[in-house]
Amino acid sequence: MLILFVLIVLKHIFVLLSCVPMENKNLELLEEKFQQKIDQDIKIEPNDWMPDNYRQTLIRQISQHAHSEVVGMLPEGNWITRAPNLRRKAVLLAKVQDEAGHGLYLYSAVETLGADREDTIDDLHSGKVKYSSIFNYPTLSWADMGAIGWLVDGAAIMNQVPLCRCSYGPYARAMVRVCKEESFHQRQGFEIMTTLCKGTLEQKAMAQDAFNRFWWPALMMFGPNDAESKHTAQSMKWKIKRSTNDELRQQFIDVTVPQAELLGLTIPDADLKWNESTNHYDFGTINWDEFWQVVNGNGPCNAERIEARTKAKENGLWVRAAAMAHAEKQRERTKQSA
Amino acid sequence: MSQQEWPLWEVFIRSKKGLNHKHVGSLRAPDAQLAVENARDVYTRRSEGISIWVVLSNNIVASDPSESPELFEPADDKVYRHPTFYDVPDGISHM
Repeated sequence: MLILFVLIVLKHIFVLLSCVPMENKNLELLEEKFQQKIDQDIKIEPNDWMPDNYRQTLIRQISQHAHSEVVGMLPEGNWITRAPNLRRKAVLLAKVQDEAGHGLYLYSAVETLGADREDTIDDLHSGKVKYSSIFNYPTLSWADMGAIGWLVDGAAIMNQVPLCRCSYGPYARAMVRVCKEESFHQRQGFEIMTTLCKGTLEQKAMAQDAFNRFWWPALMMFGPNDAESKHTAQSMKWKIKRSTNDELRQQFIDVTVPQAELLGLTIPDADLKWNESTNHYDFGTINWDEFWQVVNGNGPCNAERIEARTKAKENGLWVRAAAMAHAEKQRERTKQSA
Repeated sequence: MSQQEWPLWEVFIRSKKGLNHKHVGSLRAPDAQLAVENARDVYTRRSEGISIWVVLSNNIVASDPSESPELFEPADDKVYRHPTFYDVPDGISHM
């Protein structure tokens, strides 16, 4: 009897021991198949098997992106009531509403990965998850609405167009919608800049001042240099990212400099010049200390932005609860009358 | 205060008469009426639709991707279901 018992125990230990390598082998096989799908440009859809790191990377990236859209409404919302005329006000309202919509597409996409929407929002409020650092700069004049639309949305388009080909289906589809809508954002910004630059000397100076303040932060939007970017290599392999930070930044500079020249604005970079051998603009050194300061919460408006978002959630909780209670009551009523 | 989240709805939009409703994404709303109204604001700001369906995500039954081979492979070896499988002699038209 005892021998039998010992044998059974031994057998269990053996099974347990042999399971571990089997599981690892299984995982390796799944990961290999997964990478093959990616290499063949087959999209990954929500219920498909995916490596845990792929899922976590996407949750982080898409939720950061969603938060950027939502926090991005704040600096522009600042000018809705003070837009110079009704047309400008209607346009700015439509743009800010689009940003809310973009946030919603992205929160939907992040939920397909099994993340909880409210948890991701709470992570924003606690500072665990970041958003684009550009929105931590204040909007001091009406010209900033022009500079933001032109430069910030322009940089966002540069970033987002390759994301339309991202390997994760729901994210790619959300990006297609976002990109279609962003181009109006950039044009309305450029129109504001054009109008100011054709205006009085004072108006032109306003445009130049906004340009001076937003040029460098816009370049920082593409993130750290490739050598410093810890996620780039893996994200490129998984086709979550399709171009590197430095490639996109260069592309942005190359298309934006001629636009600034057309406006008659001076680029606030003494080192900027066309390089005939590379067919690109050379540009000065980005102040990465400033970038990391702002990312880590010490920008001019970080605290204000997070406070506004946290308050929006807290002050809206009763509305959510009331809407749920109302819906519940309606359901009860329909049941009774049936 | 209740932290209960609004339920998730899947949104389907008919972009014009003659076309099917097509899945466009999801959203959260407390009830069906608000789900339709929110879908209008989130997914049809640029005349993308003339009709909206919303379905509680929980009510959607989906096939399991791990069972895809059993479900879909049987169709792969039945090429005779396609017209191109058949030889049509030269000179025959309207077929």
